[in-house]
Amino acid sequence: MKKAVNLTVNGEQHTDEVEPRLLLVHYLRDVLSLTGTHVGCETSLCGACTVILNGQAVKSCTVLAVQADGGEVLTVEGLEKDGKLHPLQEGFWEEHGLQCGYCTPGMIMASYQLLQRNPNPTDEQIRHGLEGNLCRCTGYQHIVKAVQYAAEKMKSYE
Amino acid sequence: MPITPKMVGARIKRREDPRLITGQATYTDDLQLPGMLYMSVLRSIYAHAKVNGVEVSKARELPGVVAVLTAADLAGQTGPVPCVAEAPGMKLPHHPLLAEGKVRYVGEPVAVVVATSRYVARDALDLIEVDYDPLDAVVDPEKAAEAGSTLLYDEFGDNIAFRTEVPNPAVAQALKEADAVVKLRIVQQRLIPMAMEPRATVAQWDRGMKQLTVWSATQIPHLLRTQIAEALRVPENHIRVIAPEVGGGFGAKLNVYREELLVPYLAMKLGKPIKWTQARREDFAATIHGRGQIQYIEAAAKKDGTVTAIKAKFFLDLGAYFQLFTPMIPSFTGMLMHGCYKVPAIAFEQIAVFTNKMATDAYRGAGRPEAAFIAERVIDAVAAELKLDPAEVRRKNFIAKEAFPYPTPAGLVYDSGDYHAALDKALQIVDYAALRKEQEELRKQGRYLGIGLSSYVEICGMAPSTFLPPKLKAGGWESCTVRVDPSGKVTVLTGISPHGQGQETSFAQMVADELGVNIDDAMVVHGDTAVVQYGIGTFGSRGMALGGTALKMSLEKIKAKARTIASHLMEAPPENLDFGEGKVFLKSDPSKFILFQQVVEAAYGFKAGVPNIEPGLEATSFYEPSNCLFPFGTHVAAVEVDAETGEVKFRRYVAVDDCGNIINPMLVEGQVHGGIAQGVAQALYEEVVYDENGQLLTGSLMDYAVPKAAMMPFMELDNTVTPTPVNPLGVKGVGEAGTIGSTPAVVNAVLDALAPLGVKHIDMPLRPEKIWRAIQDAKGGQG
Repeated sequence: MKKAVNLTVNGEQHTDEVEPRLLLVHYLRDVLSLTGTHVGCETSLCGACTVILNGQAVKSCTVLAVQADGGEVLTVEGLEKDGKLHPLQEGFWEEHGLQCGYCTPGMIMASYQLLQRNPNPTDEQIRHGLEGNLCRCTGYQHIVKAVQYAAEKMKSYE
Repeated sequence: MPITPKMVGARIKRREDPRLITGQATYTDDLQLPGMLYMSVLRSIYAHAKVNGVEVSKARELPGVVAVLTAADLAGQTGPVPCVAEAPGMKLPHHPLLAEGKVRYVGEPVAVVVATSRYVARDALDLIEVDYDPLDAVVDPEKAAEAGSTLLYDEFGDNIAFRTEVPNPAVAQALKEADAVVKLRIVQQRLIPMAMEPRATVAQWDRGMKQLTVWSATQIPHLLRTQIAEALRVPENHIRVIAPEVGGGFGAKLNVYREELLVPYLAMKLGKPIKWTQARREDFAATIHGRGQIQYIEAAAKKDGTVTAIKAKFFLDLGAYFQLFTPMIPSFTGMLMHGCYKVPAIAFEQIAVFTNKMATDAYRGAGRPEAAFIAERVIDAVAAELKLDPAEVRRKNFIAKEAFPYPTPAGLVYDSGDYHAALDKALQIVDYAALRKEQEELRKQGRYLGIGLSSYVEICGMAPSTFLPPKLKAGGWESCTVRVDPSGKVTVLTGISPHGQGQETSFAQMVADELGVNIDDAMVVHGDTAVVQYGIGTFGSRGMALGGTALKMSLEKIKAKARTIASHLMEAPPENLDFGEGKVFLKSDPSKFILFQQVVEAAYGFKAGVPNIEPGLEATSFYEPSNCLFPFGTHVAAVEVDAETGEVKFRRYVAVDDCGNIINPMLVEGQVHGGIAQGVAQALYEEVVYDENGQLLTGSLMDYAVPKAAMMPFMELDNTVTPTPVNPLGVKGVGEAGTIGSTPAVVNAVLDALAPLGVKHIDMPLRPEKIWRAIQDAKGGQG
């Protein structure tokens, strides 16, 4: 009793037959082989699986693929444009905003939404904006700087 | 990128990052192999129970299930989970891959399922019926040691895994003669390492080649290979272990777990590639925990604050089974509990017990945070008792910088240090005098500002090899091959196994400087036993000090050979040759040079007739250090405690760390930041809680408070630089320093804030509720 889902992921159209219980994150990882989105806790607490679904950051470990049917998904793999890094990717690189890299895709996608909602966040607003995303390596300080870097850069970014 | 004259010491952006920020990195769970099957693990729901039987027939019938195994199916097929560490008189429990007759902790593997999808593998677990006879659980480590306690192992007669004592009669004498004696009972609560990437293992058996390939989220691919060979009785040269991208370890992946043996075993048995990925709940219950000590401390001091002796009794909560290094980790605590102070007499006793919990083992700092905490609490308690300034008491007791190399009472030799310099710098940055003044002002207003100091020293590198247990089939050394290809590109094969530390960058910096090549022409390869010579791995803050020195040795060999070749080609004495800008040039006249590429071509083309050399340009080195390394520093935390709510707010956090010479300051900052986060977490937030039945109450991220961004202070970092004489790079290590230095700074700050209220002690983590209670209790005491 598989069900058809139609999804646009990073601008590409996909149609697949999936089990109704298949999680969006497993659809992305196992069906589409987009393994940039990670699973950290399966309980929407760590944020490693954060993707943008229809313009909103969601924890893809607690969304069913069928719930996302007809939707548009943006993952970390879809951020580069014409071979150029997104300012957030650049910011994380420039400011040493990552170490093991496991939380990074989710952290970047959560920051993506944060900057959409608030293009000029303060240090405190960034810290609160990322409270759904855990990092065990960096102590967050360089992540805050990475988001600030991106905010600055995005003022001149199309 | 143009060649920078000096890469070492510069903030070079990480070469690891492009793949990580674009989602192109491959972690273990990202692997997809044709015909892959999935393993799931049925885990005990009881902390302690007899297992009368495991009924698996329904699970076996579920469509998609390929195999279901229990201990009975494994009998005689595999060796146990290895523990290489030993303690005198230690009882070593048998550590089977699946529970045999009894379960001893919540989360202990009882059965495994292999199925065609991860979902079916998970479904099948619900169809397995286990007939348990629950037994009383042993949870409290002090009670575990008592006669008459329920036994984890009937055959041992008690729950005491080992008992060791390092006595010193001078301690009793010093306590007798002391002007002040401070007594502390410190609970080093258990912590969960919580690498963001849960453990995962994939294995594939090539029947034709008799080749077993294991991908595992590990910090020690070579050691894991050796242990798999032994447990599964496969010749080691038929096993390839790959640590692909590894999402953090913090010591938790410095181990060999049941699943890391089960997955390859099943891959061989079933002839199919198998993947297993741990769920977070499993990670909390069945990946090693850190810390887990109850410490009884007595310290003697003279009126002027001089500490004359420290005596300790440790109850070590080791858990139900031993993992790779379980019995060894706490041994660092007693050894280092006097910290950076010249305490003439120390004595300690360890009572290590079995409890119905997951094993403890190395977690960031591994035995040293527990030691630094003792030293730093003792100093503050002495200062409070004698009404002295804690900074002054530290100065009074510091080992002087002229005293290095300093032989410690526990038989270590501290390599180098300047403890005054780090303290002075930290106090200057934080403006200690002004803070103390402000504290006084605020107290008058009924506000509680606290200033906490921590001057730590730690031990890292964990070598020479005699420092590691005899049963470990490798030493504390490290290896490195440098291979220059005919095209002039440089490959570094390192035996360390970085998983976030950034040596793909820092090692490339070293190559660029030493050989004078472009950093983009250097590639650092690690974590694949088929490609890299035997190496030890990444743990104990050893990457740069050991792996970097092995690299340096190989680079020197490459340069010596390149000099011989260039000397022949240029008709110049080799000692007059140097490397830079892609050239080998005359030191006396840099305008006279040949290209490094010409040297490489001469080495591989081998037509230039250079006498007495072999073809090729490659060198391998194995570096065995003469001593461990002892990084140090001072952390200062300034916090304000809300006496109404018990909330702790950071005002300042200053860390001055000394890890010797620095290769890449950006990476050092990152290590210190992350280290502080985990140390602050122990002080304020994190705690593993098992209830009286041995149920893990903190079994998810909902219940276990890993710090979020808003829970961390802004960290102001600086360094002093005291190179070590132990290695030619003069580097120590920085991976654990932040964790070791920060916990006592934060606890001392909170207790300093609460001093006027009469609060002298609160067990970690200092959560608002506990602080509030301590304030109420102190008030009650006064009233």
